[in-house]
Amino acid sequence: MTDLNALTIAEARDLLRKGETTSVALTEACLGAIEGAGVLNAFVHNTPELALEQARAADARLAGGDAPAMCGIPLGIKDLFCTKGVPSQAASAILNGFKPEYESTVTQNLFDAGAVMLGKLNMDEFAMGSSNETSTYGNVVNPWRRGNDETPLTPGGSSGGSASAVAADLCLAATGTDTGGSIRQPAAFVGITGLKPTYGRCSRWGIVAFASSLDQAGPMTKTVRDAAIMLGAMAGHDPMDSTSADLPVPDFEAMLTGDIRGKTIGIPKEYRMDGMPDEIETLWAEGRAMLEDAGAKIVDISLPHTKYALPAYYVIAPAEASSNLARYDGVRYGHRAKLSQGDGITEMYEKTRAEGFGAEVKRRVMIGTYVLSAGFYDAYYNRARRVRALIKRDFDEVFAQGVDAILTPATPSAAFGLGEMTDADPVQMYLNDVFTVTVNLAGLPGIAVPTGLDRQGLPLGLQLIGRPWEEGDLLNTAYALEAAAGFVSKPAKWW
Amino acid sequence: MLDLSFETPKPKVIQGAAQDWELVIGLEVHAQVSSNAKLFSGASTTFGAEPNSNVAFVDAAMPGMLPVINEFCVAQAVRTGLGLNAEINLMSAFDRKNYFYPDLPQGYQISQLYHPIVGEGEILVDMGPGVARRVRIERIHLEQDAGKSIHDMDPHMSFVDLNRTGVALMEIVSRPDIRGPEEAAAYVVKLRQILRYLGTCDGNMQNGSLRADVNVSICEPGAYERYQETQDFSHLGTRCEIKNMNSMRFIQAAIEYEARRQIKIVEGGGKVDQETRLYDPDKGETRSMRSKEEAHDYRYFPCPDLLPLEIEQAWVDDIAASLPELPDEKKARFVTDFGITEYDASVLTAEAENAAFFEEVARGRDGKMAANWVINELFGRLKKEDHDITESPMSAAQLGGILDLIAKGDISGKIAKDLFEIVYTEGGDPAGIVEARGMKQVTDTGAIEAAVDQIIADNPAQVEKAKENPKLAGWFVGQVMKATGGKANPKAVNEIVAKKLSS
Repeated sequence: MTDLNALTIAEARDLLRKGETTSVALTEACLGAIEGAGVLNAFVHNTPELALEQARAADARLAGGDAPAMCGIPLGIKDLFCTKGVPSQAASAILNGFKPEYESTVTQNLFDAGAVMLGKLNMDEFAMGSSNETSTYGNVVNPWRRGNDETPLTPGGSSGGSASAVAADLCLAATGTDTGGSIRQPAAFVGITGLKPTYGRCSRWGIVAFASSLDQAGPMTKTVRDAAIMLGAMAGHDPMDSTSADLPVPDFEAMLTGDIRGKTIGIPKEYRMDGMPDEIETLWAEGRAMLEDAGAKIVDISLPHTKYALPAYYVIAPAEASSNLARYDGVRYGHRAKLSQGDGITEMYEKTRAEGFGAEVKRRVMIGTYVLSAGFYDAYYNRARRVRALIKRDFDEVFAQGVDAILTPATPSAAFGLGEMTDADPVQMYLNDVFTVTVNLAGLPGIAVPTGLDRQGLPLGLQLIGRPWEEGDLLNTAYALEAAAGFVSKPAKWW
Repeated sequence: MLDLSFETPKPKVIQGAAQDWELVIGLEVHAQVSSNAKLFSGASTTFGAEPNSNVAFVDAAMPGMLPVINEFCVAQAVRTGLGLNAEINLMSAFDRKNYFYPDLPQGYQISQLYHPIVGEGEILVDMGPGVARRVRIERIHLEQDAGKSIHDMDPHMSFVDLNRTGVALMEIVSRPDIRGPEEAAAYVVKLRQILRYLGTCDGNMQNGSLRADVNVSICEPGAYERYQETQDFSHLGTRCEIKNMNSMRFIQAAIEYEARRQIKIVEGGGKVDQETRLYDPDKGETRSMRSKEEAHDYRYFPCPDLLPLEIEQAWVDDIAASLPELPDEKKARFVTDFGITEYDASVLTAEAENAAFFEEVARGRDGKMAANWVINELFGRLKKEDHDITESPMSAAQLGGILDLIAKGDISGKIAKDLFEIVYTEGGDPAGIVEARGMKQVTDTGAIEAAVDQIIADNPAQVEKAKENPKLAGWFVGQVMKATGGKANPKAVNEIVAKKLSS
């Protein structure tokens, strides 16, 4: 039998319901796995006591016969989620020592469903990064390697800790957040499933804000079925988040029939980028063929404003971030710089923020401040907003033409080596998001599904983009793709 | 609707060294919305609570906390807009105004720059009976208040109190239609009066519930009229904004000072810099708040945490239907219905509670008499003890009872004043007191005649004089009143004395 920590949510649920295992046993297996995986640096704060307490409660609930699907399932929680009484720092030094007095809606929803929190997961600082190299806790290491090459690879970012932990079976699943691809790109880099729901599907309340109009929480799981189960527990209307949608949460798992006959899948020509590795090209073509074989109708479509998405994103996201991060000023919580004689409030701000924020965060705060400043607002921010509207319209039009989902690569490459991009132009790093940002700008659901390995033996993923609020349908298409691809590889354990 | 006709006041003219100058003034009034909870959180708005006790997580800008609009505050803004005859925007939106300050935890204030909830309106600023200025309202928007920095509790540290952080404010922006310091103060008085009638702001300037930023510029006579014709601001001078004024007296003094300062600059060949200034009441002068290098760039942008605010016309209509009678209408109605002067009507309608009290007294009685008694006797008496009408020990029914006794001729005006004092201090039913204490006026002409005869018999010399000079009859009246303990009906005494003296 598989190690308990290697189970999927669905498998564990079935065993728990049959009484063949316990949440405590699952939790202990995961805690053991975490202990042995320090080198991955995925978990940055472990909560074993809380986990076992929740596990015991879940077991009692299971024994009582009233157990939702997530009951007793041990999870890792991205550090961006505020968890009551547990350090929640968004992987930033500026939040050193911060323990919230409140629980984020999404984690509360999971706990209400009986889920167990193993600890907090590493990430890029304030979710700004695509390689998990900007964390105050240090880099996360991808459990995958290039064959026998021991070069540590990035798990992607910003949900790098979540990706690494799920791929290495340190937990059954993890929460992630996605502002420009932060769930889907790392999922693809580690060969797991990552779903960014429709903007408004999951409450943002209690999640440290990066770019409020783009941020969305979602599940990072070992299978599409698990994503369906976990999203069902995370989602729901929250009156505390004005942008949360007051819509019922369907039974996503029940929608996984694997039957996509008659569905129309669009292949957008603008996603064929210059210089894209042929392996990605091939993977995409294979995915197209798999969906066609499964009975879907494949159509070539055009999303003409795609090329403007990345620049627009890198105006809008930093603009919102520059404002969202203004609260980290050393006045009320987190880090406050030691002041010198004669220093006033301005020095306190400057020193605190200079010490507390990392380089990438500073870069984005400065970009955001610049694009919102008097005289540049129209040229940058307003123009980016107009581009955003056009990108959304592109999608609206293809959906109106009957397209049910859009198939694209998830990333322009497989996972790269940690440090390999350090000296590159930041824009090179930003290009990681080229296939994913459009989805955030348009507020759509998108899912990354692992579909193959590259020549070096690293996982690659494809992305499916769905209609707003139709995650169930999107998950079903992903389920069909997953089944056709038959991706079952796991990283060889070296840690 | 009833309306009183009025004339427009003359603009204030200040004589400079070289020529005459006029003033052009616009105000931005920050009115704290009367609401139990804050604009975007459920925290209490109670004034004077322990520091940092009325603070929700979102008020303290804890990570991940989100604002949720308080529907009641929106209703209050709509109510205010309707009360100022303004356009209500069914679609409005919130923006972030970004700047760093310790008492601004989020690092931005949520406000409505681009799409305010209330558009154009107007109010009539009373400058005395028959004189008023129409002042256009440009807009009203909802925004959050900041907290309070405390610098005088410790020599080395500053403290921050977040109780006020996030409390809802309405910023009410006028057009530059105000033409003098007195008009500016009168504008604030009128605005405050309307807000208090509406119940949307308590208008307490001392507690900071109502504060004004005053924009002042000067222009040559005639320039303002050209601006009014064209709405082209280039006809007007450069304005300076005097921030955060919380007293009518200071508003006037600051404008006066600022206008003279600008005149001096312009007449000296200089140029007025557009800037923000502070008024120092101790020195009686305004001074620049920050240099250009420190000028804020607020980097306004739409608040991504809040969806555009959409309200329905039917909801607005419901609010409109629940609006109380407002000061202008009430004043006009008082003049018409009760036959009182516009001046008295203004005094009586200054506060809704005063007006209600008066109306209860005047209903079914002589309006002028009721007005006299309410204004001169009751208000005068309350003022002595620094009470307002809600603290009056005398009810409208009691005062009405006194007026009824006068009207019936049961007591004289003089006795009525004594009775007023008794009812005011001791309480009780006026008619009962008159009866019990024998204060009833003597109208029995036989008794009065006997008293008059007695006085005439006792003072033959005075009688001779009075016959030559009828004006001296008053002396006899006085003597009779004295002899009857003031209870004789003065009208009857007058008639009998006149008759007896002329016989």
